[in-house]
This record gives sequence, structure tokens and C-alpha cells, in this order.
Amino acid sequence: MEKKIYNNLIVSASPHLVTAMDTQKTMLMVILALIPSLVVSTFVFGVSSLILTAVCVAASMFFEWAWNKLLKKRQTVMDFSAALTGLLIAYNVPSELPLWIAIVGCFVGVVVIKQLFGGIGKNIVNPAITARIVLFISFATEMTTWPVPRMVSDATSSATPLGILAETGTTALPNNMQMFLGFIGGSMGEVSSIALLVGGLFLIWKKIISPIIPACFIGTVFVFAFVYYMATGSGEALEMAVFHVLAGGVMLGAFFMATDYVTTPILPLGRVIFGVGCGLITMLIRLYGQYPEGVSFSILIMNCLTPLIDAYCQKRMYGGAKHEK
Amino acid sequence: MSQKHLQSIHVSHYKHTAGCATEVMPIPDVVKISMSQHIGAPCQPLVKKGDYVKVGQKIGDTEAFVSAPIHSSVSGTVKAIEEQRSAAGGMDTLVVIETDKNQEIFEEVKAPEAKDLPEFVKAIKESGLVGLGGASFPTHIKFNPKNIDDVHTLIVNAAECEPFITSDHRLMLEDAEDLIYGCQLVMKYIGLDEGYIGIEENKMDAIEHLDQLLKSKGITNIKTFKLQARYPKGAERVLVYEITGKTMNAGVLPADLGIILSNVTTIAFVGSYFRTGMPLISKRITIDGDAVNEPKNIIAPIGTMITDIVEFCGGYKAEPKKILMGGPMMGRAIFSDELPIVKNNNAILAFTGPQALVPEETACINCGRCHYACPFKLIPTALADAYERRDAQALSDLAVMQCMNCGSCSYVCPARRPLGFINTLGKVVLKEAGIK
Repeated sequence: MEKKIYNNLIVSASPHLVTAMDTQKTMLMVILALIPSLVVSTFVFGVSSLILTAVCVAASMFFEWAWNKLLKKRQTVMDFSAALTGLLIAYNVPSELPLWIAIVGCFVGVVVIKQLFGGIGKNIVNPAITARIVLFISFATEMTTWPVPRMVSDATSSATPLGILAETGTTALPNNMQMFLGFIGGSMGEVSSIALLVGGLFLIWKKIISPIIPACFIGTVFVFAFVYYMATGSGEALEMAVFHVLAGGVMLGAFFMATDYVTTPILPLGRVIFGVGCGLITMLIRLYGQYPEGVSFSILIMNCLTPLIDAYCQKRMYGGAKHEK
Repeated sequence: MSQKHLQSIHVSHYKHTAGCATEVMPIPDVVKISMSQHIGAPCQPLVKKGDYVKVGQKIGDTEAFVSAPIHSSVSGTVKAIEEQRSAAGGMDTLVVIETDKNQEIFEEVKAPEAKDLPEFVKAIKESGLVGLGGASFPTHIKFNPKNIDDVHTLIVNAAECEPFITSDHRLMLEDAEDLIYGCQLVMKYIGLDEGYIGIEENKMDAIEHLDQLLKSKGITNIKTFKLQARYPKGAERVLVYEITGKTMNAGVLPADLGIILSNVTTIAFVGSYFRTGMPLISKRITIDGDAVNEPKNIIAPIGTMITDIVEFCGGYKAEPKKILMGGPMMGRAIFSDELPIVKNNNAILAFTGPQALVPEETACINCGRCHYACPFKLIPTALADAYERRDAQALSDLAVMQCMNCGSCSYVCPARRPLGFINTLGKVVLKEAGIK
């Protein structure tokens, strides 16, 4: 029998094995980790949460698909990064926001912030956060019209806890247990601290995200608030420190948006600087600024500083000299 | 004592053949013995067409210092001296021998005697021994360091951290006597006080076997050292750090740290060579991969064609799309199966399924996994950016020369970027710019 010779084999550089975890699976894990919060929000705000989420995810994926199609670029819609952006945009707006405004947000996030800068991996700032800020500034009324949580009978409680804090001080706040569970006013997906915490810990356990940024972010918020109320005496320090961690977008921001790979540093030191910076800016805005909430702005500002932080940390690590260990 | 570890990654072990006792392959009809089986100057053939050669007869040599002679692995008639493209892509001189299957042994083959280091080194040189872990650096140079008075420790690399490969594992189970004898010889002649055999903890049977043997022989200055079964614990610089805690930068030799470091197969060969005098003419090899019918461990004469080896392993199950010499992490993909095996081959892996395909590269998402996978904490994403800019200074600042191309970064990359390979290209940019 004539021996067959195979001399047209595939030749490529080593390694010839890759891990199963690719970009698509990474995005799906993050999406999975966000589901508990959606469940709680649907319970708190009703079916409008689901509709809003579906519209934002569909719109974002459509914009991604259409952009690639239009520019004849490689189709990236199936990496689900656009779906994740859509999901996060839905989480960052009131559940009863007019859908067309939400779709505008998705356009800003996916097309303006992400694709115009070169698509996945190239955007400088977090698309969902920036979309939220654009909507917040452009549609101030709609973006601060908070639906009443279903378990609150008092219709005046529809304001967010941070809104109440800014308007009337520490006396009329919901208690921390309500805040922890998420039975409060606020953006659709940010209300339930416990659901976000579960999702965040899942991502840390699965090694999708590093715990450094969430820990530094939340830790800074806690310490800042504790020291502030200790020093000013305008509230019970420990209770208010917990309040600030649970209120607004800290949990959502710390676990899901300040950990966005593309727009945050990779080195451990950089991540510490980033997390602490987010916490500081958040608290400065909350306690001294015009707006009741500062998570979005803090992440946006730190996103912009990320290249600088990376450069600084690289230099510190190697110093341009021979690399030790 | 708490052991310090370098960053490493988990790679599935795929050690399917760990339980496959080594089979000696029958002598093939033809062998093609390469004249370039080591780092350094290639050998010149000492034989010509029509010559009759015997097993262990020297058929290639050179005057160059960095080199190792080549011996015939069979007895038979030289049919041709031919040029062929090698696995690495260059041209290679091959001595083609038609075997007579008598395996007549060359008269001069006899166990060497050495009374001091120079004689030991000379004997090693005559044996044709090179680093069998993959680098194929001539061993007689390694065993004769310039700072001979400063070296004190032998480290035997038996980590075998590459997936699939089990030839070192089988060696430790089957030829442990040679291994220990080899350790003793090397330690005696070079004057080393202690020896460590670093083995990953997924080979507990080998560790226990060696421990038992060392104990029964009353040897106390050679110890096994259990390593984490993670990749790349078998990389020279990683192994040195894990065992001694000493940091070894690129460009530093183990001898500079007082260490003689050799692969387990290399050391075991020293033992067998001083027992029998037979030069390096055959090799234990793992044959595996989803394209092979019967994955095996075999001992094959050097120069055996891969086609013959695969036939001995039941042939291909399906059309092979990719064949590797060595493991999947650092092994070389070869363009054809019509190539002979060389001294440093420890595995032939043939793939037909998804593992054979080159995954499509997508955009970097800056997740940082490459940095957290790198044993030396390099930043492959930043290095890749610097390479794209051809920025030699940045490549140098980011320590590209520290990269040992273990491939951990490429393995973990969710965007399937060939980061390790980009570092190799980065080193070329650095070299062209004349920056050290």
C-alpha cells in the first residue's frame, strides 16, 4: 500500500491551545451576573423594566450590526458586547423612561462612544455610563422622573434616596434594609444592592473581574462617608456610611461599570488608583456638588484618566530599567 | 518553609498516554539522520553514499565548539546524502540510511571511563548529547561552566508541564536507575553538593517511585521536588525560582546562580551512556492527538520518519491538519509528516479537529488576563502596542527580552491574539534597533 504523505499541514506560531474563555463567553458571563438585578427590578417596578431592557438590548445590537454592515466591517454583534452595553443602559435609566429616549441612549453608547472610536476595545470611556450622562443632561426631566416602587404606598417617596438626602436631609431616608433589598426609587437596575452584590461576587468567583476596583471603590465611599458624618455630625456615621454604599449606582457602578476591561487600568496599582478615584469623586459630588449622585461622573472622569494611570504604573513597574522579577 | 510561586496558568493536562508503557519501535526500512540536531554549527557528514554504517558509529561531526556529533541509529547502507527543508524552515543535510535490520553494533562502542571533569566532558561530547528538553544546547558545554568552583546544585527538570507529553513521566517510571546514576555522575564530576528533581504533582507515582529508589540506595543528597501542576513550571527560569527562590533574568545562565540545570531525559542518558557506551541514537517519544489511532509512548531510532511512526501507532484516524513536534504550548507546527525525528523530539502530536485550526483573532478588550498569566508579570498588551508602533525603546522599557515565549498570554487571551508570537517579533525589532 502506498503511504500517503501530508505535506500541506497548517503551520502557525505556538501555542496551539487556547482557553475556552473567549470574548463572547466573557460578555455572556457578565450578562448572566446582571440577571438577578433585573428580576428584583421587575418585581419592584413592574413589567416596564423588562420592556425597557428588551428594547435597549435589541436597539444596541441593531446599531452594532447596522454600523458594521454599513461600513463593511467584520460583524461583531455576536460578541455580545453591544448587548451588554444595551443592558447596562437600561439599568442606568428610570424604568418608565420613554422608549425612544432609551433608544437615543443606545445610539449614543454604541455608535458615538464605541464605534466612532474604533469599535470594541477601542472606546476611551464606558459606553453605557456616557450614554446615561448624555441622556441625563439632554432629557433632565424624563431622566429624573422616578417611578414609584410597588411596595411603597406613599406616592411622594418616588424620589431616589440620594434625592431625598439632597432635598430634606437624613431624616426621611428609607432604612438600610429597604435599600439593601432594592425597594426604593432609582434607575431601573441600580436599586437592589443584594442582587448586584450576588452578580458581582459571581464574576469575582469566576475570575471575570478582579475584586480590586469594586473593593477600593466601595471602601472609599464607605470611609469618606463615615469620616464626613463623623466630622460634621449631620447624621449617624456608620448608618450613613452604609447608606452611601447602598444608595444610587455605587453597587452597579463598582461591580459592573468600573470593572469594564476596555476603559480601566490592568495593573493592580492602577486598579487601586482607579477604584479610590471613583469613590472620592462620587462622594465629592454627592456631598458637595450640585447633583445628588456622582457615580456616573466619577467613572467617566476616571475612564479619561486611565491611559495616564496605565502609563504611570508601567513606568513604576519597570522604570525603563532592567526588569526585576 | 513557604514556597514562593511565580504566576502561572491552569492548562488541561491531556496526559492520555501516562499509562502507556513505552514500546520499542521496530527498525524502519529507511532512516534520515539530520546533520543539524543542536543549537550551533551543523555537522558535516563523515560518510558517503554506499558506505556501510553500524549502530553507534559517528556519521557527522564538526570542529566548531558549539556543536555535538551525530551517530548512526541503525546498521545499514548509506543510500544518499540529501538536502531537505527542515521543520524550522531552513535547509538541512540528511544522511539517508537503508537499514539491514541486523542492528550490528559499532566496535568502538564501549562504556566510557573518566577520572576527572575534562574527561567526563569529553565523553559527554563524544556521546552527541544535547539538551533533550527542547533547546538542544550541546550538553558538554553546559557541564563545563566557566565558574566551575561556584556551582553547587543540580536541578533536574522533570516538570513536563506541556500538555499531552508523557515521555519524561514514563522515563522516570521505567528508567529511574539511569536517572539516579546520571545525577550521581554529574554531581560527582562537576562537584555539586545537592540535586533536586523537580516533578509536577500530577506525576505522584513517579515521585514516589524515585523517593523509594533513592531511599533504598541510601542517597540523601538527591531529592525529588514537588511542583504545582500548572503551566509553565518546567520553564528553566520558573523552575529555578520555584526550587531555589532565586530570580533568574533573561540572559542569565543557571550556572551564574550556582546551578546546573538539565532535562530529566538528558541526565538519564548520561546514566545509560556511562553504563553502555551507546551514544544518543534513539529517543522516547509520546505520540498523541485526535488524528492518531493508537496514542503511544515509543522508543524510536533517531532519523525515523514521522510517517513510519504514525503507521506504527495504527495510522491516522482522520486526515491530519496540524502536526506538532513537541507539546501544544511551545512545540513547533511542521508543514509535512515526511520529516525525520531529531534528538530533542519528545512528542509528535497530530490533530484533525478544532485544535488544529488557528482561532480567529478579534480586538483586544484590555482585560489584562495576559499580564496576570505571565510568569514574569510582563504586559503583553502594552508590548503588542509597542510592537505595532515598532517602538524599540518602549519594547525595551517593557522588558520584551524577558519573554521566554511560554505562550501563557496567548493561551488565556479571550480575543485569541498571538501575544507570545508578537513578543518574538518585538525582540527582532529591538535587535534591529541595536538596543540590548
